[in-house]
Amino acid sequence: MIFDYPAWTAGAIGGGLIGLASAVYLLALGRIAGISGIAGALFDVRRPEISVELSFLAGLILIPVIAVSAGFQTDIQITENPVLLVVAGLLVGLGTRLGSGCTSGHGVCGLTRFSKRSFVSVVVFMAVAALVASLIRPLLGV
Amino acid sequence: MKGNISFLAGAIFGLGLLLSDMIDPARVLAFLDVGSGIWDPTLAFVMGGAMIPMFLAWSLRRMLSKPLLANVFPDGATGLLTPRLTGGAVLFGLGWGLVGLCPGPAFAALLLGGWPVWLFVASMLAGMLIHRVALSPETARKPA
Repeated sequence: MIFDYPAWTAGAIGGGLIGLASAVYLLALGRIAGISGIAGALFDVRRPEISVELSFLAGLILIPVIAVSAGFQTDIQITENPVLLVVAGLLVGLGTRLGSGCTSGHGVCGLTRFSKRSFVSVVVFMAVAALVASLIRPLLGV
Repeated sequence: MKGNISFLAGAIFGLGLLLSDMIDPARVLAFLDVGSGIWDPTLAFVMGGAMIPMFLAWSLRRMLSKPLLANVFPDGATGLLTPRLTGGAVLFGLGWGLVGLCPGPAFAALLLGGWPVWLFVASMLAGMLIHRVALSPETARKPA
């Protein structure tokens, strides 16, 4: 294990901001801050007030790049294997909509309301993701 | 007003992903890869940190008859464990473990991570569209 206390502290504070944003979204707007649900709403043409979801996504996409241009340091390391990116993207998009949520919706919002569905979902996707990252990725050599 | 609050919530969410470094797929994979010997538990601290305000929010929700700017709170979870739920979680876990991106960080990294993030997000949206046209409960209920 890496005992990287500054990273752990930044993680907990950053996590606190994620939780705060989700709390505002629930208490002010009556919505669940699940990013897969918010993105999936883009394909629901009959949905009222789609501007709310679009505004959330605009903030989510724009603020990190603004913070970085203001001097915040970050390093994004991602595979450049196009097949892997397409397959993983399709699986994440399809899987989160089929399973009604992702790390934010089931993880942050669902677990804290003691939802049995969210608990099962989080255990399953965490276990599968850990298995893939620990065993399948080394086998694929990526 | 709703749009501004929603933008603010998205902005705080994105700032949280940046500060916690969950915007970096390598950091996420370092948590998911438990076999490398250099396991990085940061993601657990992020989840813990995020759950505290959200737990308080659910407590506050019980004291409010309706949201501050809307008419109704979301429905309670139904509690039904369905093949859809677990099957979806399996597919999501497969994709997340392969690249280290889930939907939130994918959007937050869109303008910072170059073409690979664009390709991932486009594929993710395509996956959501496939679900919408072929697999959503609304589609299933349509007469053939």
